[in-house]
Amino acid sequence: MSQSRGRPGAPEHQPDTFTFTKANLEEAERIMARYPQGRTASAVLPLLDLAQRQAGWVPVAAMDMVADMLAMPPIRVYEVATFYTMFNLEPVGRYLVQVCTTTPCMLRDSDSIVEACRNRLGIDFDETTPDGLFTLKEVECLGACVNAPMVQINDAYYEDLDAGSMVAVLDALARGETPQTGPQGGRHASEPQSGPRTLVGGD
Amino acid sequence: MLQDRDRIFTNLYGFQSPFLDAARKRGDWDGTAHLLARGAADIISEIKASELRGRGGAGFPTGLKWSFMPAERPAGQPAFLVVNADESEPGTCKDRDIIRHDPHKLIEGCLVAGFAMRATAAYIYIRGEFVNEARVLEAAIDEALEAGLIGRNACGSGYDFDIHLHRGAGAYICGEETALLESLEGKKGMPRLKPPFPAMAGLYGCPTTISNVETVAVAPTIMRRGASWFAGLGEPKNTGTKIFCISGHVNEPCNVEEEMGIPLRELIERHAGGVRGGWDNLLAVIPGGSSVPLIPKSICDDVAMNFDRLKDVQSGLGTAAVIVMDRSTDIVRAIWRLSKFYHHESCGQCTPCREGTGWMMRVLGRMIEGRAEPGEIDLLQEVTTQIEGHTICALGDAAAWPIQGLIRHFRPELERRIEACRRNARQAA
Amino acid sequence: MAETVTITVDGVEIEVDRRLSLLQACELAGAEVPRFCFHDRLSIAGNCRMCLVEVEKAPKPVASCAQSLMDGMVVSTKSGVARKAQRSAMEFLLINHPLDCPICDQGGECDLQDQAMGYGTGISRYGEQKRSVQEKNFGPLIKTAMTRCIHCTRCIRFLDEVAGVPALGATGRSESMEITNYIEQGIASELSGNIIDLCPVGALTSGPYAFVARPWELVTTESVDVMDATGSNVRVDSRGREVLRVLPRLHEDINEEWISDKTRFAIDGLVRRRLDQPWMRGGKGLEEVSWERALGAISQHLESRDATRVAAIAGDLVDCETLFTMKRLMAAIGSPHLDCRQDGMAADPDVRASWLLNSTIAGIEEADACLLIGTLPRREAAIVNARLRKRWVAGGFSVASVGPADDHSYPVTELGNVTDTLRRIEAGESPFADAVKPLVIVGKGALARDDGDAVLGAAARIADVLGAIQEDWNGFGVLNVAASRVGGLDLGFVPAPGGLDTAGILNGAGSVVDTIFLLGADEIDTSNLRGAFVIYVGHHGDRGAAVADVILPAAAWTEKDATYVNLEGRPQRAQRAVFPPGDAREDWRILRALSGVLGVPLPFDDLDSLREAMIEDVPHLGVIDSITPAPWRPFGSTRAMSDEPLVPAVGNFYRTCTISRASPTMSLVTDAFLPGVAQSAPCS
Repeated sequence: MSQSRGRPGAPEHQPDTFTFTKANLEEAERIMARYPQGRTASAVLPLLDLAQRQAGWVPVAAMDMVADMLAMPPIRVYEVATFYTMFNLEPVGRYLVQVCTTTPCMLRDSDSIVEACRNRLGIDFDETTPDGLFTLKEVECLGACVNAPMVQINDAYYEDLDAGSMVAVLDALARGETPQTGPQGGRHASEPQSGPRTLVGGD
Repeated sequence: MLQDRDRIFTNLYGFQSPFLDAARKRGDWDGTAHLLARGAADIISEIKASELRGRGGAGFPTGLKWSFMPAERPAGQPAFLVVNADESEPGTCKDRDIIRHDPHKLIEGCLVAGFAMRATAAYIYIRGEFVNEARVLEAAIDEALEAGLIGRNACGSGYDFDIHLHRGAGAYICGEETALLESLEGKKGMPRLKPPFPAMAGLYGCPTTISNVETVAVAPTIMRRGASWFAGLGEPKNTGTKIFCISGHVNEPCNVEEEMGIPLRELIERHAGGVRGGWDNLLAVIPGGSSVPLIPKSICDDVAMNFDRLKDVQSGLGTAAVIVMDRSTDIVRAIWRLSKFYHHESCGQCTPCREGTGWMMRVLGRMIEGRAEPGEIDLLQEVTTQIEGHTICALGDAAAWPIQGLIRHFRPELERRIEACRRNARQAA
Repeated sequence: MAETVTITVDGVEIEVDRRLSLLQACELAGAEVPRFCFHDRLSIAGNCRMCLVEVEKAPKPVASCAQSLMDGMVVSTKSGVARKAQRSAMEFLLINHPLDCPICDQGGECDLQDQAMGYGTGISRYGEQKRSVQEKNFGPLIKTAMTRCIHCTRCIRFLDEVAGVPALGATGRSESMEITNYIEQGIASELSGNIIDLCPVGALTSGPYAFVARPWELVTTESVDVMDATGSNVRVDSRGREVLRVLPRLHEDINEEWISDKTRFAIDGLVRRRLDQPWMRGGKGLEEVSWERALGAISQHLESRDATRVAAIAGDLVDCETLFTMKRLMAAIGSPHLDCRQDGMAADPDVRASWLLNSTIAGIEEADACLLIGTLPRREAAIVNARLRKRWVAGGFSVASVGPADDHSYPVTELGNVTDTLRRIEAGESPFADAVKPLVIVGKGALARDDGDAVLGAAARIADVLGAIQEDWNGFGVLNVAASRVGGLDLGFVPAPGGLDTAGILNGAGSVVDTIFLLGADEIDTSNLRGAFVIYVGHHGDRGAAVADVILPAAAWTEKDATYVNLEGRPQRAQRAVFPPGDAREDWRILRALSGVLGVPLPFDDLDSLREAMIEDVPHLGVIDSITPAPWRPFGSTRAMSDEPLVPAVGNFYRTCTISRASPTMSLVTDAFLPGVAQSAPCS
């Protein structure tokens, strides 16, 4: 939240209208059905997320469309869209690199991850590379603290990073590859690096 | 050390499939119908007898909480179980492992807990960033529905129970139960004034109980193995097993399910490969997620990891997220970073938190380099007490306590930095 | 009697209604509890944390605004714990609040300023950089200084709850939460100005009043508004000869504490296009003349005329004293042609219930259903609409409308705008399943038509059919839009036997009628009047004055002591706040003077004796601020209604009379919020 969320961002990028694709419209209806009758406002987060998945960000026109679909006053949707940090209120690059720097990651040297990203991408937080490939963002704890330091790129977590593996992930993405997600240091999940000491069978 | 046979989350690390066939082999969904047949009151009293306390941080007795739901409701009025899967407390990543590796424990727990509190449906509110975790859980819910375990006539019990997954979108405050309800209703995650409490007027104004993922997920095992088994682990009022998340300056950060009350040192040394550079290199530990005050090494040496023992040392078990800091840590910066977190995550609704979190962050930020007046340590302490207890929800307290812990245990370090900075300034002048 | 509880506040034991909040109970006990977000007409937010008090056995200080009462509560509003909580909140509110009181329009009447005196420390311990917040575009009426905002959310809640126009929200979060409309489109509510009053700081101030005056320079006069027929209670703040602002004055049964934007902001029309001296049409058009010459010319003109060819039409802003005097003058002259309904709205002059909102405004809250016929209350009486909305918010209230569709600010079942629907309802097709206390509200759009009497009759019969007429409940109501109308009808300012009504006068101008008094009558088709000798008595150079042969400059509502009867039938008194400009005179004095010149002097020459005579004629006009119920008997015509659809009566809410049309602010706001509506759109 580096800038005011009191008015829409990037007026020059705001499209006049926004409509869901046919597939997304069906998905939206499926989502709305999860909530009791008359409570479809509950679907505002999932629908904004769906809009973001379609457009890459959430333009005002998408908020207005969601307000219309859910019979909410538009301002209530603006409030929601600006409150939750996952909604990008301006266009972002193809890969949104979100670096966690909260204390558990900080203790595992997330500073070096930030530096690696800055150097590799040539941009600072809240900036997008000129080729439109990467946007760099600092985020708060993403809940993978025993695999710190970590970043989230689009939907995927990359964990147990160091500067080298961070750059390797970015390089792979830049080449159009799909790097291995999860821990980058060889372990499977949240077990100790040298292998699980519990749940090892037997006993 | 807890024996593997007493571990509930036997696929914590995800070496096996999270899905139904594998889950059944792990014992999930075994005789669930029979379990429900014991009746709602029986389930509640079993959970009460187990002395299970909520695993989301506050440690409220679970059986008691579930019993708050009205037994009688007007015809047609729904009631809800809402599962708090908005795991966002820095240091904490246990629910993530349950959801992605052992989701059927949670789903079966929803059915058992929902049945016990006579809920008509469950909503699982999962933090938005857990996209892949949500996908696994959704698939698991779908296969449970497909298999008749939930939904209409769940497990053949005659009880209809739907479970819906709801993804958040990036807001720590939604882990506060009433903020979570607001969010689930399609609003900003701003905590509600209480009363009314959710058990009376929760989601959509209906009776609602909000429970943490781990709390709900352990319920079926407690029911199957008996309250006395669970209560036999740990000590009275601090029973059972607990997933600990050990992060920071340890050789092998990890999650592990251990017995409640395990000594902190044993937890770190046995499971996390010890403190980096050895136990004597330990500076301090935040033992229960970012909201609890840190404890210095002297306390860490022999403190036991449960609710009451940690409360005795002016800290708390919280979410059992153990953040370890060795002597290389810039302790002021480490706590400042938490202040920055709370400043970022304050919902903005009420005055002390909205205005106070920024104030504390800025003062503490200067103190990293000692750019402060000596009197500002007391000012900072005073500001924490002006927030604490004065806000609508507990985020204000959570923002205040880490700083109080810092001042309580590291005041000389703060003074040293201020003095050094003043000395440098004098020399430069 | 509601259940009570006994609580102890600062050592004082008090028994109070248990439905009150702890804050309200503390006040009753004589304790002062500071607050910003709490407002007793808005939902409870509990966010400012100023009202924290200590309650025995509670683990933490308690927000008294949100705390319900329990018997035996022991409360301290001044203990160390309570004071610390209050002072803490005050300090937090001030750390990011700019110290710009000297240039802030709220200065001198600022809650934050006042409470900082009691709960602040006088010194700032906050040494960090203060927050600054971008200004917002809330339209031409509301000026923002959002850096001053303390996020109490009163403005958001007012617009959501009272106005029903959810235009504002709080975006973002934490320290960067901002009160905003997000998209910069102003606040299109007829009640938006009330958020200026509600704002406890100087974040929202009046745009037109910006930097105009300080509160201590103003003289305050209690009065009633005439911008519609509601009779909102207001205070008129003036300095010297100019009215600088109008603010609401509490009246629970009328406007509570709200006023419409037209009431609040049209006042700059009071000093523009004013008629401040007599004029006469001469060889070169209108010329300035003396009072003597103007009155003499009228006398001269009338000398050679047949009195039955003289007529009078009263406009929408005319007070009772003027109407009474004119009626007496017409009688003295011997003319039967007078009408106070320049729009031709139907009423049965013999049945008072046919022109009142018989339910009363406050009575709306007792109703459980409402049928609107040819009325858009939001445009025609915004304050009455707020009451309808309030009733809807309370639940169990269904509203249906036969008339033009609109955004009423609450859900309305639109039944279309054809009169046939009225026939069907009359025949028994009720729009309500089981209404116990229904309302039937008929508006100008239904009554100001050629078949208005037929629609009136149908509406009255519908009221009967729906059960709106009961022994102790009269749910039939006319929603008048003219401040003068009910007073005029009460005074019988209608054609005397053999007399012509407004349409007859206008049609007969130049033939059967050759001399026409226009008492501030401007909402008429003046094109027919060229053939007649027109005497305009009024305060603004508008349509009526444009066709006048003699113009007699009169006083506007803020310039005279005058009686108005609101749409409920409640007489109220406006009071002079400033003197009329130039040579303008109070209207009744002009007519009284004329009567002398004409040789038929009226038997009163001061206000008291005028009022005495008026009250003798119409006794209830003397019972100020009280409603004399009107007995029910059949009225209206049974003839068939035409098939013409019902159309809106008010095109542009902001410009409905000579004052609001002269107002630059109303012109600005029309451009901002009604870009499709022509500025000069006729009012009828």
